[in-house]
Amino acid sequence: MAEIPEDEVTAPWWDATRSRQLMVQRCARCGLAQLPPRVLCTGCGSAAPRLEPVTGRGVVDSYTVIHRAPDPAVAVPYTVARVRLAEGPILLTALIDVTEPRCDLPVTLAWRPLPDGRALPVFTTEE
Amino acid sequence: MSVAIVGAAECDLGHTGLSTQHLLAQAVARALDDAGLRVCDVDGIATTGHGRFPATQLADQLGLCPSWTDSTAAGGAVFEMYVARAAQAIEAGQCSVAVIAFASNQRSARSRNIGGGYDAATPEAQFEQPYQPLWPLSYYAMTAQRYLHTYRLDRSDLARVAVAAREHALRNPTAFRHAAGPLTVDEVLAAPMISSPLGALDCCLVTDGGGAIVLTSLDRARHLAKAPVRVLGYGESVTHAAMATPDDLLSTGAAASGARAFARAAVRPEEIDVIQLYDSFTVSVPLGLEQLGFCPPGAGVHWAGVPVNTTGGGLSYCHPGQLGVLLLVEAVRQLRGECGARQVEGAATALVHGTGGIASSHATVVLGVR
Repeated sequence: MAEIPEDEVTAPWWDATRSRQLMVQRCARCGLAQLPPRVLCTGCGSAAPRLEPVTGRGVVDSYTVIHRAPDPAVAVPYTVARVRLAEGPILLTALIDVTEPRCDLPVTLAWRPLPDGRALPVFTTEE
Repeated sequence: MSVAIVGAAECDLGHTGLSTQHLLAQAVARALDDAGLRVCDVDGIATTGHGRFPATQLADQLGLCPSWTDSTAAGGAVFEMYVARAAQAIEAGQCSVAVIAFASNQRSARSRNIGGGYDAATPEAQFEQPYQPLWPLSYYAMTAQRYLHTYRLDRSDLARVAVAAREHALRNPTAFRHAAGPLTVDEVLAAPMISSPLGALDCCLVTDGGGAIVLTSLDRARHLAKAPVRVLGYGESVTHAAMATPDDLLSTGAAASGARAFARAAVRPEEIDVIQLYDSFTVSVPLGLEQLGFCPPGAGVHWAGVPVNTTGGGLSYCHPGQLGVLLLVEAVRQLRGECGARQVEGAATALVHGTGGIASSHATVVLGVR
């Protein structure tokens, strides 16, 4: 897989993944938490919402087990999911080592390291 | 409203071996012929899906210098959006005869990629593509999973949508699966799993194809070859680009789009005689019927009302990447009574609903001949 791009808006979020810290943007004016990082708050249009760390707890909104990868080098099957964080925002992510995924399953944050030192947030079940 | 559809046609469908430009010109020529108009009568063009400047390209192909064009890109719903824009342009006097066209040779050219292809400049290239979802398939799969979970249904409830689509295709000689014979729920369930809970037969076809429709003022329409099909109303809603954005997968833009179209047309869901509803995947049909107001949430899988997708739809008729224009072609034909074995007797009011991207864009058109 090619290196994941980042830009000046998202770089601080990606930098936080180097220390395995998952961040969301929180608007100082209306309090909305959002992902991915954007220039403006989607709740009230205010500029530059600040990043803050999250607990890493969430719930599976939905998931899909993929049996035919877009890239033939990727091993199948694998599970992609929408996880709703306790703080509100939904992430597209992967479920790791979840043998029986289901909607509304509680999950916790884990990390998949990237070759460049960053990491992808993924989720697994609480042991 | 004072605008009508006066011509409608498909280009060659299936596995054609033809170029996209060829199929596009074929669709336009056939639709104009259907209307009793000539290429030189056209002064408005709307198309998408080929080249950087699609309407400009088609104008050049036809040797026209149109006074109105539209190449809005919004996926398969855009043709229903073009109907709204073309109607407005005709009513405003910006053009008098508008052609809405689309064609693709994606099956012949083997140009479809199951991953979809992400633009590196979009946030999705950073926050979505690294997880390797199938685009758009995995979004609809997650919608289907949530749908089955919420309403305590199973895959066989969705499989029946594919079975019903095949039944229509058996009555439509131009359908890709016309000669394939009936489909059973067991066959749908046994097909290879692609992105759970959607298997290969829960997914639309990958074919060549396309079509065109011709619009003009109702006054002019009365002097043309066929009975005018009036544009009674339209509405649209664009909701998201990323898979993580929607708060609720089961609450789609179809609700607002449909409500706007019904209000503009002053028509109620129970007055619709035939429905053409973009069936990209099996789940799209029940969820679409519910969101458009035809039945309550969760009841779409038990739909026994007016016929839906009389061609066989994207699942069994044709899916050239963007189905929206062919939904309009079939609605026009149904309202004219031209559909032979699959004709809905006495159909006078039709609803067409297009969806684009990952349920990102929705557009609804109400057509009628009363």
